[in-house]
Amino acid sequence: MMDEKVARIQIHNFIEEIIDAFHDGELKDSDNIYDKGFVSSLGAMRLLQYIENTFEVQVPDEDIHLKNFNSVDSMVALVQKLKGDASNANDN
Amino acid sequence: MQMTIEETEKFLASAVEFSETSIKQRAGEFDRNGALPKEIIEGLAQRGILGATIPKEYGGIGLDPLSYGRLTEIIGKACCSSRTLLTVHASLVCETLLKLANSAQKKRYLPKLAHGKMLGCFALSEPENGSDASSINMRYECKENKFILNGKKKWVSFGGLADLFIVIAKEGDTISAFLVEKTIPGINTKPIVGLLGNRATHMAEITFTDVEVPKENVLGKIGTGFTFVANTALFYGRYSIAWAGVAIAQAALEEMSKYAIFREQFGHKIGQYQLIKGLIADAVTQVHAARALCQKAGEYRVSNDDQAIMETNIAKYFTSKVAVQVSSDAVQVFGGNGCWDQYPVERLYRESKILEIIEGTSQIQQILIGDHGMKKYSRQAVYT
Repeated sequence: MMDEKVARIQIHNFIEEIIDAFHDGELKDSDNIYDKGFVSSLGAMRLLQYIENTFEVQVPDEDIHLKNFNSVDSMVALVQKLKGDASNANDN
Repeated sequence: MQMTIEETEKFLASAVEFSETSIKQRAGEFDRNGALPKEIIEGLAQRGILGATIPKEYGGIGLDPLSYGRLTEIIGKACCSSRTLLTVHASLVCETLLKLANSAQKKRYLPKLAHGKMLGCFALSEPENGSDASSINMRYECKENKFILNGKKKWVSFGGLADLFIVIAKEGDTISAFLVEKTIPGINTKPIVGLLGNRATHMAEITFTDVEVPKENVLGKIGTGFTFVANTALFYGRYSIAWAGVAIAQAALEEMSKYAIFREQFGHKIGQYQLIKGLIADAVTQVHAARALCQKAGEYRVSNDDQAIMETNIAKYFTSKVAVQVSSDAVQVFGGNGCWDQYPVERLYRESKILEIIEGTSQIQQILIGDHGMKKYSRQAVYT
């Protein structure tokens, strides 16, 4: 089972790492990182790669949508869903 | 399933044999004729080179990213236009489909692309929009079960030959990507001639007039045309271009080294003069450094590490610069002969400049790398 709190911290910290150098606002987990200027839309692909690598999941084509990568909350939800799907598949 | 080490080496050896015996000696001819002959494209297809990035389950070779980089260098060293086909077809199109296409699209297109029965190309730039890619003017609208595309694309490598286009278009502020087959009515391709380099890449301007694309041919989700599709394609393309820089620089280094050993002036071989040795020493060092950056980016790709994206930007920025510098020095070593199309270095010099422009100009790379540097290294600085 995935530890939701650990995943949340990992994703939050990763976004902090790639935040625009001149952005001085505080990142909240519910913030839309593109609308609030934390990350440009160029970062979306990097977030996809990060999620796949860190949580050892393959994000299926139907889930590769900006709404799944626009906040810490949405990415945690995506990882939970994918981990849940994977664990259900293993159980069957 | 990926290839074994033995299979990979055998495959790369076959690519070396084909490029050295069938491509390299004719690269100048392709450049002068402004076209890549059918037999070269078929030769690349027959050897599996066009399907190098496609897994075996779809009829490809399933080469890992590092070995694919080596393949790019092998083909690019022989002929820049042949390598461009690999960049466009195998990287921009095939790798993007692998990452973002749905299962039905993969089954429909990848086997044909793997065997070269279909050639792919990528249509993003427009007459009015290059680096500012998200400001495209090409429009789409949804009508019943179809999307109607209208607009113009420019600088489409192999646009004059390709059977399948990845097209980026806009509806309002929503940017989406489409898989467009050339057989659909309303597509008109016009060759672009008079180019500095990439002359045999069938470069085209493409006009789309009321082109009806089936709904199932949306690549990725509606609205992800720039954020995911274009950026993914450019990432793969940029990786290939990074290796293309190594290829040109290596080719120029080999040519100037050979010339320095045979050419005699003032009673000595020119390679015996320290100023020529200096040029060759710089070229050797730059080529080694350029290849090391590409290998590092490739290793990140092999381990699926997100750092691959920035390392690829860094590699592309550096290797394209190196290609320009080393090929310029090669022209210098060749002197008058270097300015003549009977020797390959003038072509290498012309081709090298293209690498600083395509798949994100050097200035765009500097912005990305500079931002990355400030984020990463400012936190490590300590002030007292």
